Amino acid sequence: MKPAQFDYERATSLAEACAALSRVGGDARILAGGQTLVPMMAMRLSRPSVLIDINDAVDLTGLEIDGETIVIRSATRQQQLLESELIAKHLPLLADALKFVGHVQTRNRGTIGGSIVHSDPSAEIGLVAVVSDASVRLHRNVGVRTVPVDEFILGPMQTDIAPDECLSDVRFGLWPKDGYGHAFEEVSIRRSDFAIVAAATQIVLGPDFRVCRIAIAVANCGPTPIRLRTIEAAFENETVTERFLHEALQLIDPELDPYDDIHASATLRRRIARHLVGRAILQANARARRSLKKREQ
Amino acid sequence: MKIQNFNVNGRQFSLSDIEPRMSLLDLLRDRLRLTGTHAGCEHGVCGACSVLFDGRPIRSCLILGVQADGHEIITVEGLVGRAGSLGALQEAFCDFHALQCGYCTPGMLIASEALLRRNPSPTREDVVDALSGNLCRCTGYGQIVEAVLAATRHRTEPTTKCAAAIRQDHGEPESSSTKG
Repeated sequence: MKPAQFDYERATSLAEACAALSRVGGDARILAGGQTLVPMMAMRLSRPSVLIDINDAVDLTGLEIDGETIVIRSATRQQQLLESELIAKHLPLLADALKFVGHVQTRNRGTIGGSIVHSDPSAEIGLVAVVSDASVRLHRNVGVRTVPVDEFILGPMQTDIAPDECLSDVRFGLWPKDGYGHAFEEVSIRRSDFAIVAAATQIVLGPDFRVCRIAIAVANCGPTPIRLRTIEAAFENETVTERFLHEALQLIDPELDPYDDIHASATLRRRIARHLVGRAILQANARARRSLKKREQ
Repeated sequence: MKIQNFNVNGRQFSLSDIEPRMSLLDLLRDRLRLTGTHAGCEHGVCGACSVLFDGRPIRSCLILGVQADGHEIITVEGLVGRAGSLGALQEAFCDFHALQCGYCTPGMLIASEALLRRNPSPTREDVVDALSGNLCRCTGYGQIVEAVLAATRHRTEPTTKCAAAIRQDHGEPESSSTKG
């Protein structure tokens, strides 16, 4: 047995989980899919005194559309989302990204909330949440608050969650369907391994093919997923051409803060990021154009 | 802690004195003596400890034993046919030399079994994708992929015929297996 000793409780609802967190205090941890927490405990990087297992909490799994928002409850499995028709139809960017999230054995346990709460800088789900302006809802025994994901993720394995809070759901605003395009790009050592760099783009084109709305972000080029706001601003009201893209990509370097590791130097990460962002913008733009042409027919 | 209701390979178990920190992997190996499931990295990287959990493949090192209460587990021991005969996948692994040291094999078999249950006629791409979470340091993966594809072709046939058919596919005359 590799982890340090701990006590174990099963919570069958969000309310029970919050009550247990407030009763136990400081070093209790929520156990969702366990695909990040359990390895960290095996390496004794994490030594909680109590684990509160939310795998039986029925009100923490599943997803639904609520007006202009998709609400995904926190303990919904990544594989379930990958197989969900609702996600394929309304959040195709997340569907594409999930193919890169771990392997089938880890996706079968891993949850959307667990991934965001752990905030690994290379994580695909956090990247998609940031590029979608998603927000998280955090419950405690008394009260609930909603925080935009890009404010919630503070750094590597650091988020703005209080010790007595439990993430209940992640909310993605729906983008318009007409003129919409998305793209997800990633480079990793093996398929589905940790990303060396990943990039995600969403775009909405007007009837004249000019950019009405664009969101671009990269993962693993800094401590958190990074929104490339200067490049987004450069594209507003422009038509995406390879030439314009080449110029806009000159703006990427000051936005990135990559690190060296065994798999890639910081310099290589910068080069990959520039390449993947370019590819993602072109692909998202091509999809958006197809969507407009389909409408015309 | 107690585990009241725990089904492994079709057998019902109830266990007591389980420490919460004991992984399902350790529970299977040390308490139930089902040592076919292998302990590799024990932190979710290698895939050697894969088992089916309610029919889906998971890493048994990343789930606590106590979390398996109320669930159904199938380990590599559960893949053999009646009277201990090998299943189609296992036969194919033998015939295609899909193992050398054999350490990763239980995980490879479970991952392949999970694939074939969901998708009885996978493409090569599907097989590679399904096995991407399992590390092998001997074979270079090629023969494993071949074995799974061969098993796919003959999975529906009865085990004895299946073994012969796989051998024939592999270029051996069918008679050699009966004579030998």
